[in-house]
Amino acid sequence: MSARVGIVVFPGSNCEQDCEKVFRDLGAEPMMVWHAEDALPDVDIVVLPGGFAHGDYLRTGALARFSPIMSAVQKHSDAGGLTIGICNGFQVLCEAGMLPGALRKNAGLKFLCKWVDLTVDNADTPFTSRAEPGRVIRIPINHFEGNWYCEPAVLDDLKANGQIVLRYADNPNGSLDSVAGLANENFTVFGLMPHPERACESILGSEDGALILGSMLDHLTAKAGV
Amino acid sequence: MTTTASLHRELGLTDDEFEQIRDRLGREPSYTELAMFSVMWSEHCSYKSSRVHLKKLPTEGPNILVGPGEGAGIIEVAPGVAVAWKAESHNHPSFVEPFNGAATGVGGIVRDILSMGARPIALMDPLRFGSLDDARTRYLVDGVVHGISSYGNSIGVPTVGGEAVFEECYAENPLVNVACLGVIEDKLMHGRAEGPGNIAILIGSRTGRDGIGGASVLASAEFDETSEEKRPSVQVGDPFSEKLLIEACLELISSGLLVGLQDLGAGGISCPTSEMTSKAGTGMRVDIDHVHRREPGMEPFEVMISESQERMLAVVEPARRDEVLEVCARWGIDANVIGEVISSDRLEIVSEGEVVADVPAAALAEEGPIYDRPLARPGWIDEVQSKLPTTTPPASLADAFMRVLSSPNIASKRWIWEQYDHMIFLGTLQGPGGDAAVIRLPDSDVRVAITTDGPGRYCYLDPYEGARLAVAEAARNIACVGAKPLAITNCLNLGNPEKEDVMWQFSEVIRGMGDACTALATPVTGGNVSFYNETKGRAIYPTPVIGMLGAFAPEAEVRGLGFIGEGDVIVLVGETDPSDLGGSEYSKVIHAEVVGTPPKLDLEAEKALLAFLAGANATIRSAHDLSAGGLAVALAEAALAGGVGFALEVDDLDHLALFSESPSRAVVTCAAAGEAAIFAAAERAGVVARRIGVVGGPNMRFGAFETALDEARSTYEGALSESLSSSIK
Repeated sequence: MSARVGIVVFPGSNCEQDCEKVFRDLGAEPMMVWHAEDALPDVDIVVLPGGFAHGDYLRTGALARFSPIMSAVQKHSDAGGLTIGICNGFQVLCEAGMLPGALRKNAGLKFLCKWVDLTVDNADTPFTSRAEPGRVIRIPINHFEGNWYCEPAVLDDLKANGQIVLRYADNPNGSLDSVAGLANENFTVFGLMPHPERACESILGSEDGALILGSMLDHLTAKAGV
Repeated sequence: MTTTASLHRELGLTDDEFEQIRDRLGREPSYTELAMFSVMWSEHCSYKSSRVHLKKLPTEGPNILVGPGEGAGIIEVAPGVAVAWKAESHNHPSFVEPFNGAATGVGGIVRDILSMGARPIALMDPLRFGSLDDARTRYLVDGVVHGISSYGNSIGVPTVGGEAVFEECYAENPLVNVACLGVIEDKLMHGRAEGPGNIAILIGSRTGRDGIGGASVLASAEFDETSEEKRPSVQVGDPFSEKLLIEACLELISSGLLVGLQDLGAGGISCPTSEMTSKAGTGMRVDIDHVHRREPGMEPFEVMISESQERMLAVVEPARRDEVLEVCARWGIDANVIGEVISSDRLEIVSEGEVVADVPAAALAEEGPIYDRPLARPGWIDEVQSKLPTTTPPASLADAFMRVLSSPNIASKRWIWEQYDHMIFLGTLQGPGGDAAVIRLPDSDVRVAITTDGPGRYCYLDPYEGARLAVAEAARNIACVGAKPLAITNCLNLGNPEKEDVMWQFSEVIRGMGDACTALATPVTGGNVSFYNETKGRAIYPTPVIGMLGAFAPEAEVRGLGFIGEGDVIVLVGETDPSDLGGSEYSKVIHAEVVGTPPKLDLEAEKALLAFLAGANATIRSAHDLSAGGLAVALAEAALAGGVGFALEVDDLDHLALFSESPSRAVVTCAAAGEAAIFAAAERAGVVARRIGVVGGPNMRFGAFETALDEARSTYEGALSESLSSSIK
């Protein structure tokens, strides 16, 4: 049975269709979930896609965290379901307190849309199992607020716990410790600024994004097989 | 309220136009009526100075489903697959307020595409500024790019290319053009208010006092010292509302809920209410009390001509009213029934129970003044053309090459396009920096190519030849990436049409564009004319920006410009005339000259090159057209893009051969085994082809000199970012 993927659509989201296409190509069964719903359909994976939820007014993700669907996403995560936040979705997860830290404006004070190299710091997660530790993968970024920051003590804990999953090879935005993607303590929630859905076809420049999204599907299969 | 004698002049209407309005109405116009006429009869909305010329353009062809006169041209790019393609200008607002001017330019063209029932899927931004040595220019570049980035990225439409040209003549009249590609998802919409009894629903943002007189006092007049005071005439954009508007309208269209749809841009509510009814032979009664507003106390005329952004007008059968309002409510955008289609031909505007305007819709929309303005070839053009470009060799060819490569017109535009989301929709097979962008349509294998070109310098030296060259270069760009040129849109940017020399330039641009489009079988599907690009009496170079659309045959491969493999053979296709230096980048950068006549174009030779590129597609590994900077720059760009050097084998390439800008040429590469096939294809197409070198090594070896690729890269990549990054701090 194919994995059921719920893609949350906030007003102002704009990468939901790209995520839908890529998950379908990977053999999953994606479905859109409107932000105003207060319950999720029966899904295995929740995706918070890129975009500008609620216009990103006030602060990126600051309004989206109050959308009714977010408490259902929290419950899904509490029950062990996987959640991935891509770009704006990562910002929403940080605002919602489901991931540590915050995302500030890029150090160069410019929007950046470009290909970047990332190193896989922790390959032993449901989000990176298809890669091997230290592997360099190529995935594009597309953001103005991707400069991740947290308190130094928090960073030490995150590192010790292996929660720093992806790091920029050449830090484009000023992120603390070059962090590009990180997981929560239970490794059920993952947020990253790069867009893996944009790197799932060689004709677009790379297939490395499928390592991330495919790992999540593998995780479900492995769980079902146990 | 009646009008005073001089009021019409303040609104931008001439005494004669005021008389025509009085005659047409048979009475004095009310204040509201006069305001409506002033925007609808403005140059920007009515095309009153350009119409007599525009109708000479070729507009029909087998692929053209909808030509000029609608929101956008519609072109069939594969059996049963249609796209919308249109260019617009937002020059004047962007000079006064660069961020919002450029941002709302994006919003406007996107709604044009949407009005046809198409989903906007790609944007291009051809930009022209003054010299980067000027601090205000650097401020404008930063603001314009930020505005485009902020708006385009938020609405989730990729900006896949464009141009950035820097020339002194644009210092006080920057050109901010924008083109948009859309794909028809369900059905084509028309901006028609058919069926008396149907209702008009205004969808989108609330109406405020922003953009009052944007089309008339701002876009249809020259600039002077007081231009800064026109800032309130610039609209303010809200991309979040636009994104919701796009999704809501596409849902309304696919659900079959709409009879007609039109965007609100220049002219505000006056525009779609008069145009949609005039086209359908109907009228409309509009109760503006129902227009949702941002602020209280607005006068009726303000409501009628406000250019508040992110609004559309839909005509709907009354039975579908609730369904339409429900869709809009779900997307969180305001929608209100503001009027009803009536069987008379009149537009009746009611405010607080009182008729404040009652005019024939056609009088506003179609029966505006048409001017066949006097034109005359200016004397100065003979003087400029009679000067010959300097041909004496530079002291150092290597040094001259690096200076041309670092010119902001040649150097990499990465600083600009990295601020644009150019990847969303997963369809950008080739993005910014190539000869043309290549877009795969959503959920489809159909691929199209789009590009924009507008060589202002050539048009200054000879507007007829320059316009032909613009079309030819655009077609060449499309063919280099592997597609077949199909149709053009355009944005014609000129000075004040009330001046004879500007009007002559315009008529020559039209003649040149028309001749080239006829020869290359690429009809004109619509476009935009932006006059009054003058400040303190000084006009810009006539700058026709051509937006060319092409489609790929199912088997055709997408070709990039970058060199690919060591040992690949480099072939120069087309003939070089060493005297083609007039208006060249070399003459400007090395000798500070813009003199002589532009390069000579033979459209038959251009057609032969296009045929060669199509015929040899399977053998060609990379292809790059020759344009600004000539062969030297084309080779350097191909090497830099591919990350591999080259060695030329010919020793007869002097500065003239390297920097001549003769058209109808391209540099192509093939595997060594493909060389014979390339020459056979050249012979079949009737073009001259010459093997000039091979790909490989870390250097660019021109024969007479050589440069390390790394050194050239830091010059090429750094030129723009260094001047712009230093400016803002």
